[in-house]
Amino acid sequence: MNSIYSELILEHNKSKHNKRELDHPDHVERGHNPNCGDDLTLQLIVKDNIIVDAGYIGSGCAISQASMSIMIDMVKGETVAFAKEKADIFFRMIRGESLTEEELESLEDAIAFESLNRMPARAKCGTLGWHCLEESLK
Amino acid sequence: MLYRDYFPLLKHHPEIIYLDNAATSQKPESVINEIVHYYEEHNGSPHRGAHILSVRSTEIYERGRDAVRDFIHANRSEEIIFTRNATESLNLIAYGYVMHEIKSHQNIVLSITNHHSNILPFQQLKHLGFELRYLYCDETGQFLDSELDKIDENTFLVSLPIISNGIGVIHDVKSVFDKADAVGAIKLLDAAQGVGHMEVDVQALNADLLVFSGHKMFGPQGIGVLYGRYELLDTFHPFLTGGDMIEYVTEQTSSFAPLPERLEAGTQNVEGVLGLTKAIEFIEEIGLKNIHAVEAELTTYAYEKMKSDDAIEIYGPTELNHRGALITFNLKEVHPHDVASILDSHHIAIRAGHHCCQPLMHHLNLQSTCRVSFSVFNTRDDIDKLYNAINEVKKVFYE
Repeated sequence: MNSIYSELILEHNKSKHNKRELDHPDHVERGHNPNCGDDLTLQLIVKDNIIVDAGYIGSGCAISQASMSIMIDMVKGETVAFAKEKADIFFRMIRGESLTEEELESLEDAIAFESLNRMPARAKCGTLGWHCLEESLK
Repeated sequence: MLYRDYFPLLKHHPEIIYLDNAATSQKPESVINEIVHYYEEHNGSPHRGAHILSVRSTEIYERGRDAVRDFIHANRSEEIIFTRNATESLNLIAYGYVMHEIKSHQNIVLSITNHHSNILPFQQLKHLGFELRYLYCDETGQFLDSELDKIDENTFLVSLPIISNGIGVIHDVKSVFDKADAVGAIKLLDAAQGVGHMEVDVQALNADLLVFSGHKMFGPQGIGVLYGRYELLDTFHPFLTGGDMIEYVTEQTSSFAPLPERLEAGTQNVEGVLGLTKAIEFIEEIGLKNIHAVEAELTTYAYEKMKSDDAIEIYGPTELNHRGALITFNLKEVHPHDVASILDSHHIAIRAGHHCCQPLMHHLNLQSTCRVSFSVFNTRDDIDKLYNAINEVKKVFYE
């Protein structure tokens, strides 16, 4: 179980390089897990269908913050379509659906959260940032 | 015999250190076996039918009411209403009484330490125009004297928990209820964290209404109690209507049965009442004094151990005679859910979150906390293992 608290996740939880308030974000989406107190807000600037900048603020557990941060690293500078596709794959991974090898690999660092599909109590923490992203891009 | 040996779940899972007793207790073998025995030997619909199984089920159900009456020192069996849990009891009070009787110029005074279930049913009635007021406490859970001035001649009802599930404070119920008496307000006590841990005597506590759940006191889930002083309870309107609670039903109107049936619609939870009856027997067999002594010793041991660690921040009472058998804390810089998950990997069950006390958490400026809560079967060894596992959490996050 401790495997979820991997170097990578702890590193992102600590580094906070994506934990910053953007100037004039055009998408602001607050995600909240009322039962555990995770409360993170994703901010995006999207220009010509490209996510040119992204950051988050708030407080939450290591899993929710690391997942948000890894997600931001992955989608920043990419197209909206790319981000939506990654979100879809991530959600399917957490639900325990079988993914193709290419799909799994395309999640890059976010693969670190795969074991959440066996940890129902923590799945919501890991998906919080991705839900914010999905809502922002609707 | 060790207290732990009474609990089959702990026998089947010797590795589990169960420290979430404030959420729900484990069940003694006698409670589990009696429920199985009921379905194998006596199962019938209570209060209906002339056949032997129905008669036996009725007897079991009504004996349970008498057992609860004696357990909390009520005067009459009709003062005991069975519900699903404390939450349903509180909703029954709100929708069966408060909704019909409160005037728009009046107020309801709640403790900021109340569980959501002791806030929301009243909040849902706010459209009636009354005011909701809160008694604020300091960091140790004590109400400042001036707070009690919020209870005034327009106060309809005052409600607080006997022990806060959020920070563990044992409230000075008497000072609050004396003030309520001085202005003629109704006194409601949430005893969910008290029953099975301390003496809960409705006379000594001077409560008009008192609620608790069976599952926190070694009983099964799905059975709860509303106690009401007879003269008050007899003015309650039915909250749920249907079978078993009527006198005459015609196409357009109905008249209702007397207490207690009037407030218990539908086929009742005989298995739950029987389990609760056996849970009361279990508590009386061990003795509340013994239970309290074990839990107080463990709470002190855990508190001292955790207090000596600078990385741990403890919330609530600092004087341990004001503290129930639970400790809320945070490990600095680590989110409570991460603490709970890692402790779980060491087979230690604790609670993390806001404990259904968001207004209290907001008042104390806390996001969420970890909570350990003890029962008679816990040991010092359990607490040593807890502490060792907390050190493992530190290794993950601090190194």
